[in-house]
Order: sequence, then structure tokens, then C-alpha cells
Amino acid sequence: MMSEQLYGQLLNIAVGALLLTAVLILWRRELSAIINVFALQGIALTVLVGLIALEEGSLELGAVAVGVLVLRAGVLPWLLRRALAGAGTTRRETRPLVNVVSSLMVAAGLTLLAYLVSQPLVALDPSPAAHAIPVAMAVVLIGFFVLVTRRLALSQLVGFLLMDNGITAVGFLTTAGIGVVVELGISLDVLLVVLVLQILKTRIREAFGDTDIDDLRELHD
Amino acid sequence: MTTLLMLAPVLIPLAAAAIFGIAGWRPATVWVGAVSAAGMLAAAIGTAVTVTTGGPLTAVGGLLAVDALSAFMLIVIGAVALVATAATPTHLRAELAAGRTDPKVCTQHSLLVQVFLAAMSLAVLAASLGLLWVAIEATTVVTAFLVGQRRGRGAVEAAWKYVIICSTGIALALLGTFLLNYAARHAPTPAGLDWVGLTAAAPNLDPGVTRIAVLLLFLGFGTKAGLAPLHAWLPDAHSQAPAPVSALMSGVLISVAFYAILRVKIIADAALSPDFARALLIVLSLASMTIAASLLLAQKDYKRMLAYSSIENMGLLALGAAIGSPLAVAAVLLHILGHGLAKSVLFLSAGRVLQLTGSSRIDHVRGLAARDPVLAGCLGFGVLAIIAFPPFSLFASELGMVTAGFAGGLGWATAAALILVLVIVAALVGHTSRMLLGAPTQGPAPSTGDDALRTGDGPAVVPGQTGAPVTAGASVAADVAGTAAGEPVDAGSAVAVAVAVAVASSVPASPLTVGRRLGSDGFALIAALVLCGVLGLTLGPLAPLLEQATAIVTGMTQ
Repeated sequence: MMSEQLYGQLLNIAVGALLLTAVLILWRRELSAIINVFALQGIALTVLVGLIALEEGSLELGAVAVGVLVLRAGVLPWLLRRALAGAGTTRRETRPLVNVVSSLMVAAGLTLLAYLVSQPLVALDPSPAAHAIPVAMAVVLIGFFVLVTRRLALSQLVGFLLMDNGITAVGFLTTAGIGVVVELGISLDVLLVVLVLQILKTRIREAFGDTDIDDLRELHD
Repeated sequence: MTTLLMLAPVLIPLAAAAIFGIAGWRPATVWVGAVSAAGMLAAAIGTAVTVTTGGPLTAVGGLLAVDALSAFMLIVIGAVALVATAATPTHLRAELAAGRTDPKVCTQHSLLVQVFLAAMSLAVLAASLGLLWVAIEATTVVTAFLVGQRRGRGAVEAAWKYVIICSTGIALALLGTFLLNYAARHAPTPAGLDWVGLTAAAPNLDPGVTRIAVLLLFLGFGTKAGLAPLHAWLPDAHSQAPAPVSALMSGVLISVAFYAILRVKIIADAALSPDFARALLIVLSLASMTIAASLLLAQKDYKRMLAYSSIENMGLLALGAAIGSPLAVAAVLLHILGHGLAKSVLFLSAGRVLQLTGSSRIDHVRGLAARDPVLAGCLGFGVLAIIAFPPFSLFASELGMVTAGFAGGLGWATAAALILVLVIVAALVGHTSRMLLGAPTQGPAPSTGDDALRTGDGPAVVPGQTGAPVTAGASVAADVAGTAAGEPVDAGSAVAVAVAVAVASSVPASPLTVGRRLGSDGFALIAALVLCGVLGLTLGPLAPLLEQATAIVTGMTQ
């Protein structure tokens, strides 16, 4: 147990790190650098969950924190790196739909939007955790923005995972865990989605040689 | 005993999946899938009888629960699964014969379809929003492999798009789930995520938080249901997946996602003013139907045509849910069943057409009525069913929604939807009549640049039959078409399809063309169409179940 004030400050540092890494992902173009930042974000998320576990004195939540660390700072970045190693020449996001400066400005706007939207969420509960919700919501919005403005399949995947990190953070900040079955289901789903996408990527390379999923633009009306 | 009955729709397909996993796809196991689906349907009917007479049940420590609404959805899943799995052996044999697949892929297909069915049953049996979310996400993971089964460029691209868009949508639903849980925990009487607790706590939920949660849940589950704005995956996935999978995805998967929206709506209506959910659903509905109508007019691919028709029907369901009166909700539920049956018949027929002609382009298919009358009949009557032609049940359900819409003060939205439906009917009938009628051509047909202009020109194809009741040699369909001239469907063009179907049915199959016997798949398709027709005339034993399910959605129980 720690003092309320210290807990609040540490929590703010953890979500601050979450937001900072999200902005860094938006800023960088090199996919390998993006994956490193993503792993850092996994650690920030682990710290967040660990802090809540300490505050609540919950052993179960502590175990969940370890799970988060393994999945989000270990397994997922490793899978992404492996996909990158096999990706050939497309290691850099060269033509995003929105350029860096505009992206960063949009990120600032999204953070403001997250604060506005989250007002009722903060008002519902006076705890320090609830006050950190807007920052986590900003990470969700930035992740969604990355997802829709990047062209490379791997960058889109990072956007999706960024969004998922934000959602997980909101989940822990609002309710300190949502039941073991659901939590297990969610982690398993994220892992499965990444695996499915990886299999599809491998499959297309096997079938069409150098062609990557990024070059597929056949289906449209 | 009742617990076992209730769990059967999950356990039976899992057992069938295990059989496929161990034994593989071989002559002895070809029918395991259909037997499993039949078992699911039987268990669903048994559960429905138990629930209608004895009230809701729970099982597995309160993780699973079944009420009239869940039981009704179980029946929909079982019925459509039976149609799709009964047609699967013929489909796979034809693919094997054409060298487009191998026994290993057939095994994988059969196994995944059974897991897919189990996940959908689990979704409707889930007692809480959390488990429902997990089950619906599980369907995405399983079906991704089924969509990408053909391994062509198009199939892999469709699978990728499907996973990315649906996972994103469902992630929004997860955020909504968290926020709803947050609101429920801070209610005067804290509740979890189970439907019963949430419904009881709903009137005391914080309105601000609940509003954000409901918006996210509608958007998220709406993505999976193929509602705009995140609908882009649906035409690709449905057109690239193997026919039985398209039938299941279009017939039930999107309806199961819509079931989630209905469940959330129950809570939203109790927690907030009903106007909130209504406004959201109307926006989703009209946006989806507008997109479907605009992309159907000049559509060149018949599988994509069917996919956009699914988006339209989901839009109709959203409109019915927005109206929200008992009549509208009963119509929505009946529409789910009718659409499931008709759309699965259409996708399975389209799969046969694709195998027959090797092209999914509308202008490459001509004179189907003469080439394969049974198939043309299934496709023709299926389109008649989907455009809500009487006596098919979709006519009754759309009529119910429209009546309820005008009575419930949503006249403008209903009128807008009706106009969009008319455009879509014209497009569907125009495209289909060109596929069914005319002389069979070998090569591609001439330019289709004027497709959009020619939609709805059905009557011109059959001179002298425009709108007037057909007398000489009148088939049932033509009779019905004549009497329906006053109904809100493009009756003139519809008669053309009806006549085409009637002609097709009377032309004896030429041994020189295809000479296909009425196989198990043909039998399943016809049975589904007949059932869809019968449901339009009488609900029969389904009536009490539908009544109870409607009471649950409109919040009139307890």
C-alpha cells in the first residue's frame, strides 16, 4: 500500500508513458523503430496494471500484469519483428496518407477530443485511476488514426495493437479487471488475430513470391 | 437433462469438429456436418419448447443462459446451418473434381465450419456481454481461414480486410463493454456484465457513461453485422468465401452480431431515453441502405450483388429495431429467420452457378433457365423471396416493419427506407432476370456499360406480360405476382422473374446441357424456400416463441 498521492502520481507517469509512446509511433517511419516503441508501450502498460494491483492488493491482478508483460512486451513485438524480417523491402512507411507534422497536430487534437469525451467517465468516480482515463482514451484514438492513415499492412497492424493497448488500459482503469474468463478471452483473441494475419501474410508470399499484402488492391466496386 | 439440451448446440458441432479432426474428410464422414447441424436444430427446437413453457434457464455456473430470444436465434442458426451443410458435400465434390481444392482443405473446411457453428451458438447462449464479445470475436478468427480458403489473391486480400476491419470494430465494442461495466459497477446496486443484472440495474446507470458505451457497442457490433460505416469487409469476404461459408456468414453470422445490438438496445432503452438508441439505429440503417442501393445499381458481380443485399437487409433490421414497437420487433425477428433462409439459398445457388459457368460476373451468365432449370428456379425464387415477394416470410416481416414505422411516428425514415428498397428491388430483379433469361451464350456477353440504365427492364424481356396477371399456364408464382401488383414492390419486373422461373420449371432438363439430378443440395435449397414461404403464411408453432422473444426485446417482461 502506498499513499494516495504517490499512487496518483505514479499512475499519471505510467499513462503519460503510454501516450508518449503512442505519439512516438505516429512520429517514426522506420518499422523496426516503431516495433521497439511498441514493446516499450507494453512495459508502460504492465507498470500501469502492476500499480493498480499493488493499490488493490490483488494477487490475481498481479498475475494478470505478468501476463500483460509477456504478451505485449514480449510475444507481440517478437511476432511483429519476425513478420518484418520476412517483409523484404517494405521496411519503411514512405507514403502515409497524412504527413508527420499534420499527424502530430491531429494527435494533439485527438487528445483534446479524448478529454472532452471522457468528462462523464471522470465525473463518475473520484479515484486517481478514473482521472487517468482520458489519456488512455487518447491512445485509443491515436491508434485508430494510425490504423486508417497507414498504407503498409504491418503499420496497420501496429495501429490496431496500439488501439488495443489503449482499450486494455481503459479496461483496467475503469474496473480493475473484468473477470478472468473475459480477460483470458481478450488476450487470446489479440494473440489469435495477430497469428491469423501473420499466416495470411506468409500464405500470400508463398503463393505470389515477392508480392506482399500491401500490393493487393483487387477487390473494389 | 435440460442443461444438456441447452448445451447441445455448442457441444454437437464441437464433437463433429473433433470427428473431422481425427478422421478427416472422407466418404464416411461426408454427412457428419449435416447430421451435426440437424442435431443442433433439434436441440434448438427442444430448448425453445422448454423455454416457452418453463421460462429461462441457466447453466455452467451462470456463464450460459437461454431465454426465448436466445432460443429463437439458436433455431435460426440450426436451420441455416442445416441448409448450408446439406449443400456442402456437393459443393466440395465439384471443387475436388475441378481440381480447385484437395481433401486436406476439405477437412480443414469441414472442421472450421463446425467450430464456427459452435462459436455462434455460444454467442447467443452467453449470459453476459463479456462472453458474447469473446464468442463473436472467435467467429472472426475462425472464419478468416474459411474466407481465405481458396488462397487466390482475391481470397487472401478479402480475408486480410475482414480480420482488420472486424477486429477493429469489435475492439470498439470491447471498449463499450468496459465502459458499460464501469457504469454498472457505480450503479446504486452494483451489477456485473450479465444480461439479467444489467437489465435490472439499467434504470440507475449513469446516463453520460452509458451513452458513450452504447454508441461504441452499436458501432462495434454493427461492424460485424455489416452496417455502415465499417461495412467494407462484407462484400469482399462474402464474394470470396466458398459458397457454404458465404451462406453461413450472410445467413446467420451477421444476424448473430445484430442479436448483440438488440441485447444492448434493451439496456440502452432502460437506461436512457429510447430516442438515443433510435436515432443511432436510424442513422446506421439509412446509411447502410443508401450504400447498398447505390452499389447495387451498377453491380457487375452476382456474389457481390447478394452481399450488398445483405447490407440492405441489415439496414432494414436496424430500422425495425429503431421503431421498437412490438409489431416492429416481431417483424425484425421473423426477418432474421426469413433472410437467413433465403440468403443461404441464394449464396449456395450462386456457388453452383459459379461452378457451372466459371465466372462470377453477371454478364457472363445468360440463359440459366434453359441450362439448369432447378438451379435457375432456386436462384429465381430466392431473389423473389429476398425482395419480399409474397408469400415469402420477408414480405410479412417488411410489411410489419413498414406498418409499425408509419404508426410509430417514424414516417419519414420509413418512407426513405421504402424508396431505397424499391431501388434495390429494381436492381436485383434487373440483374437476375438477365442471368436467368435469354439464350445461353458461350463467350462474354456484349458491353455492359449501360447496366445501370437497363436495371428494372424485366418486362421488356418478356413482352406482353407487364404487370398483368398471367393466365395461360399460370404457375403459382405468376398468380401471386399478379395479385401483388399493388404492393410496394416492383411488380412489373418481379413478374418477369416469376415467369422466367415458371418457364424454367416447365422446361425439361436437357440431357445435353447439364442433366443434373435433384441432389441433396437441391433438396435442401427447395426445402428452405418452401419453409420461407410457409413462414410468410403462418408462424405455426413458432408464434409463442416469437411473442416471448419480442416481449424480451421491447422490455415488457417481468
